[in-house]
Amino acid sequence: MKVKYFAWVRERIGKAEETIEPPADVRTVGELITWLTARGEGYAYAFEKPKVIRAAIDQTHVQADAAISGAREIAFFPPMTGG
Amino acid sequence: MTAIVTVRVQHEDFDTAAEIAALSHGRTDIGAVVSFSGLCRGNDHDTPIAALTLEHYPGMAEAEIMRHAEEAMARWPLQGLTVIHRHGRIKPGENIVLVVTASSHRQAAFEAAEFLMDYLKTNAPFWKREETADGGSWVEAKSHDDAATARWTS
Repeated sequence: MKVKYFAWVRERIGKAEETIEPPADVRTVGELITWLTARGEGYAYAFEKPKVIRAAIDQTHVQADAAISGAREIAFFPPMTGG
Repeated sequence: MTAIVTVRVQHEDFDTAAEIAALSHGRTDIGAVVSFSGLCRGNDHDTPIAALTLEHYPGMAEAEIMRHAEEAMARWPLQGLTVIHRHGRIKPGENIVLVVTASSHRQAAFEAAEFLMDYLKTNAPFWKREETADGGSWVEAKSHDDAATARWTS
């Protein structure tokens, strides 16, 4: 699946997007954050406060307990500050 | 007459007067047009700002604004609405966002414009980065914006 990062999440991880293949036991957005956190320092820094991180599956806002099965694109970003 | 819903996410500036005219021109069923313009300030808590850079999530930004535009059309008797949100580098004094709502009466137009702005602030995938003398920093989300949005669901 494709993962996209925005704003300071993107800066801390050091890339705007990547393609990942998490193991089958990673089932939810929250579990995906935990799995990504273990991938390196940038990820750990980006996800150091997981409750702050917002997520979208296929461009729709979701909560941490949302299932990632079948997702084409998952995005992680800080709280929005537009307007 | 049919309602006109326009949603645009663009780097280019917009002309507020022209957008209002486009929504209301030739209509005799519109009694109220409310517009809100969001501009880039030159300072934030006494810190001078050289510019704002607005990052957005292409595709989701348009879809999220359209979803809320459709919700506004369902909640209020509107003759039309326009939402334009800019991205990229924006200097103090320049436009960031425009919401225009048109209705037969003012209350629906006022309320729908406030509803749209509250949701744009908290749900549309845009992030502001301020350029200051020390480099810059991402603008933090404000809890009073969340509170403003929450009143529409209570």
